[in-house]
Amino acid sequence: MSRRTLDKVSASVDEAVADVPDGATVLVSGFGTSGQPIELIEALVRQGARGLTVVCNNSGTGDSGLGKLIRLGRVEKLIASYARGPQNQAFEEAYAQRRIAYECVPQGTLAERLRAAGAGLGGFLTPTGFGTELTEGKETRIIDGRGFVLEAPLPGDFALVGAHRADVLGNVTYRKAGRNFGPLMCMAGATAIVQVDEVVAAGGIDPECVVTPGIFVSRVVTIEPTGKEG
Amino acid sequence: MTLTDMQIVAKAVRDVPAGSYVNLGIGMPVTALDLWRDDDSVVIHSENGILGMRALDPEEPGDPDVVNAGKQPVAVREGAAYFHHADSFAMMRGGHLDYSILGAYQVSAAGDIANWSLGKAGMIPAVGGAMDLVVGAKNVWVVMRHLTRDGGPRLVESCTMPLTGAHVVRRVYTDLATIDVGGEGFVVTEISPDVTVAELRAATDAPLQFAPGVLAHQEQKDGAQA
Repeated sequence: MSRRTLDKVSASVDEAVADVPDGATVLVSGFGTSGQPIELIEALVRQGARGLTVVCNNSGTGDSGLGKLIRLGRVEKLIASYARGPQNQAFEEAYAQRRIAYECVPQGTLAERLRAAGAGLGGFLTPTGFGTELTEGKETRIIDGRGFVLEAPLPGDFALVGAHRADVLGNVTYRKAGRNFGPLMCMAGATAIVQVDEVVAAGGIDPECVVTPGIFVSRVVTIEPTGKEG
Repeated sequence: MTLTDMQIVAKAVRDVPAGSYVNLGIGMPVTALDLWRDDDSVVIHSENGILGMRALDPEEPGDPDVVNAGKQPVAVREGAAYFHHADSFAMMRGGHLDYSILGAYQVSAAGDIANWSLGKAGMIPAVGGAMDLVVGAKNVWVVMRHLTRDGGPRLVESCTMPLTGAHVVRRVYTDLATIDVGGEGFVVTEISPDVTVAELRAATDAPLQFAPGVLAHQEQKDGAQA
């Protein structure tokens, strides 16, 4: 068997997202615009899938990417920690008009729910949010006198992740704090699609420096260089 | 004379020991980056995966992938580290951060904090990292003005706004005073110049106690004014 069968390189962002079906849960990396896979989201806009559940820390910036996806009515539900911001009109309008469902999750709980999904855990107990309205109705436990909330894993059908460099086997490195949710979403997505500035041959990334190992990644795709330095 | 926002933040910065790991909340707390600009004795954490954050120097270009929790451009010091969100929040929740310095709408005498939602109908709920920042840090400190813009109290017997966390705040720095919060309610450890005990009590919607020495100093001030 040849190494070629493990080659994960897609020819284009459009090819990479072609099989995202209506109703899919899509994990979208990024903290604001840092680490956001804008080209993959734009490709998903062109592809036309609707009825999507999107998991993302924020709710889009401006009218590109996630903002456009929401404005076009493709997103049925958003799961986010901070769906507010100065350039957030698409979500604000959809929310005000009750065209979109929204679940607000504390940021660390969002991250850990993704990690739990990728790690095969049935959930976890966290002190975050205990006794607050965001965790009302959830199962709780007192451990050593401290209150904890049971939180469920959050898997995705697809993950769209912005990163910096990948090899053909799907090993990935990120750029600075653009890493944020990327490694967790690669783990949690059944099909993780990573856009990078550069795809290199196997061996082109020092194994000591790999952040997301290729086993968590299904597809990698190169986008046009952005001019950012490594 | 009460303190400016920057002077409130400066009191907290003054009290953070060298060698500490510190997270700065958005708004007033993150302005402490400017006060630590020439001081690398603390390591500053940002929820989006940075240890070793610093303010940009004047004229220094920003980088879209190096931002603070408010998504404003920042920079990093020598010896900085980047990491993913699960690690970043493990640093908070897991008790690894020494100080979490936050803004607040309300703090109660029991140490409850409300700082993520005004509780108004129709507003989009947006919690970000606030609830994680109050549960794990060894010391949760609040920097805020003592009164609301309308002159209402922020230091209260019990919070009326949606809670971020219960029994978590250890100290509050305001323009009028510095106040420890613990099992015995609010304990004043410092009063700003020209602020009287009567004024402080009137601006606080809960009983105040005073640490040893604070009142004696205050009586000297009152005597000098009389």
